[in-house]
Amino acid sequence: MKTQGLGRRRFLKEGVGLAGLAVGAMRSASGQTLGSAIPEARPLDSLRAYGERSRFVDSVRTPVEGKPVPFYTKLTLTPLQDSIGIITPSALHFVSSHGFDPPEIDPRQHRLMIHGMVDRPLIFTVEELQRLPSVSRIHGIECAGNSYLFLADRKAKTVQETHGKTSCSEWTGVLLSLLLREAGVQKGGNWIVAEGAEAGKHSMSFPVEKGLDDVIVAYGQNGEPVRPEQGYPLRLVIPGWEGTRNIKWLRRIKVGDQPYMTKFESTGYPSLRPDGKSRWFLFEMGPKSVITFPSGEQRLPGRGFYEITGLAWSGRGAIRRVEVSTDGGRSWKDAQLQEPVLRIAHTRFRFPWNWDGEEAMLQCRCTDDLGDVQPSLAELGKLWGVKPDYWLSTTNFTNHFNAIQPWKVNRDGSVHNAIFS
Amino acid sequence: MRYSLNLLVPGMVLAVSVACVAALAQTPTYNVGRTPSKEEIQAWDIAVSPAGKELPPGSGTVPEGAKVYAQKCSRCHGPTGTEPGPVRPLVGGQGTLATLNPLRTIGSYWPFATTLWDYINRAMPRTEEGSLQPGEVYALTAFLLFQNGIIQESDVLDAKSLPKVQMPNRSGFVPPEPGWKPREKRPFGFYP
Repeated sequence: MKTQGLGRRRFLKEGVGLAGLAVGAMRSASGQTLGSAIPEARPLDSLRAYGERSRFVDSVRTPVEGKPVPFYTKLTLTPLQDSIGIITPSALHFVSSHGFDPPEIDPRQHRLMIHGMVDRPLIFTVEELQRLPSVSRIHGIECAGNSYLFLADRKAKTVQETHGKTSCSEWTGVLLSLLLREAGVQKGGNWIVAEGAEAGKHSMSFPVEKGLDDVIVAYGQNGEPVRPEQGYPLRLVIPGWEGTRNIKWLRRIKVGDQPYMTKFESTGYPSLRPDGKSRWFLFEMGPKSVITFPSGEQRLPGRGFYEITGLAWSGRGAIRRVEVSTDGGRSWKDAQLQEPVLRIAHTRFRFPWNWDGEEAMLQCRCTDDLGDVQPSLAELGKLWGVKPDYWLSTTNFTNHFNAIQPWKVNRDGSVHNAIFS
Repeated sequence: MRYSLNLLVPGMVLAVSVACVAALAQTPTYNVGRTPSKEEIQAWDIAVSPAGKELPPGSGTVPEGAKVYAQKCSRCHGPTGTEPGPVRPLVGGQGTLATLNPLRTIGSYWPFATTLWDYINRAMPRTEEGSLQPGEVYALTAFLLFQNGIIQESDVLDAKSLPKVQMPNRSGFVPPEPGWKPREKRPFGFYP
């Protein structure tokens, strides 16, 4: 979708139902081209074996190569500005794989080995895993670097560029706890190191306690096999934890007595503070929310009614509350949470707004069911003992950054990233 | 009497259910999958922990590492590893962590030398990942630690000496021992 078109299409869909808000709706609806003839509908082949979306829908992931990430790091970002509901279409799920391209794996050749401090080392085929009792759960996966990429050089203009490293899917698979019980974790086996089958054999550690809690060895994503970019034929889903630990193309689970201190967990992902000390093994993603409409580089066609909408999530639980401010944070009002509101999943929120045509600053903040509240950039600065422009002047890369994202609406209806204004 | 009975019954139920859980944990329920052979496990088990128990036999020196580095690494990492080339420098940066331009390198940042061995062995060099022999990996590790001023040019690295190498930023991480408790109370602004 073209960003500019989004607002208008929303009117086309919803304008009729908003007749009660006549003034705003009619003005904005004047953006429609005056109806000539009813367009003729071209028939499509109804027997297409694998369906495709309408040719009028052109929302795509955008690739990122080179700065600000090392040349070998390839990313694609989810177009959150076009997101509807809470599920990310599998074809639009963000991709980040530490520089190694997704391998093409024949599922008949693939194996998952569980070994280390266990009574019974085991090796499974994909088919064998699919024989075991399964679960299907909706969870978001967010990259630890989400909402920080491009921040320092002010290159993040759209919500895809600011927050496009989060996606939400229904994941189907076997609970890791079941497999660990089959293998029998030995006393002292407190940590797991998981490993992928791609060229770089990406590996990360996590405590067995989490593995016995809610981790899924997933083979299904949104009703079909996991996509190759997402780890086909098997991946870990570690609900709420930084994406990098959710090992894709999963081939090995080893139980040990210590974290393995793999390259990424001990050197790349720790959050380096201005005092030179690093927080490491942060694991969970904190509470975060962002307005997806209206958002950066979109344009409102005119004053009147708009439903502000966005997504909120927390790596530690369910979203309990989202507040929206349209006046730069002077006043906040509760947004409506759209069902379903699920634990560790994108939660859609909605907020009715009548734009008076004047400058406006839109932002949202969320609170999860543990009471954790999303901080503003100024509040983060205070806690870190720096001014907010620290994040403009440093080359440090801050993972787990979850500051409130403001969007500025100008008089001409244009919307811009205003995190540093 | 009535009271003690009431107390006793739930206690018994609890005891029985705990016993069941314990029993479940001890015996497999589904018996799906097979036991891998020792050789299979050995072939797959490439992860090296800070204790270094998994390190294979072999050894490497700084001059040997310099040779392998020139052949297989310098194309991307530059001749000495200090260059701000297409990838982040491997060498230098000590004393920069508390500045506006912190440079995270092996010498300035990495807390464990075993991590270097593990990553070179599993993921380098690009397009020929996993092709290096253990001796080459020890040698490269030695060369890069020497370039960073952490070991002497005459030092030899093997399964015994590598885990003993003290990295300069070892104490730069909070908390000292990583851990996790479900739904632990977090202060406001805990993240990032």
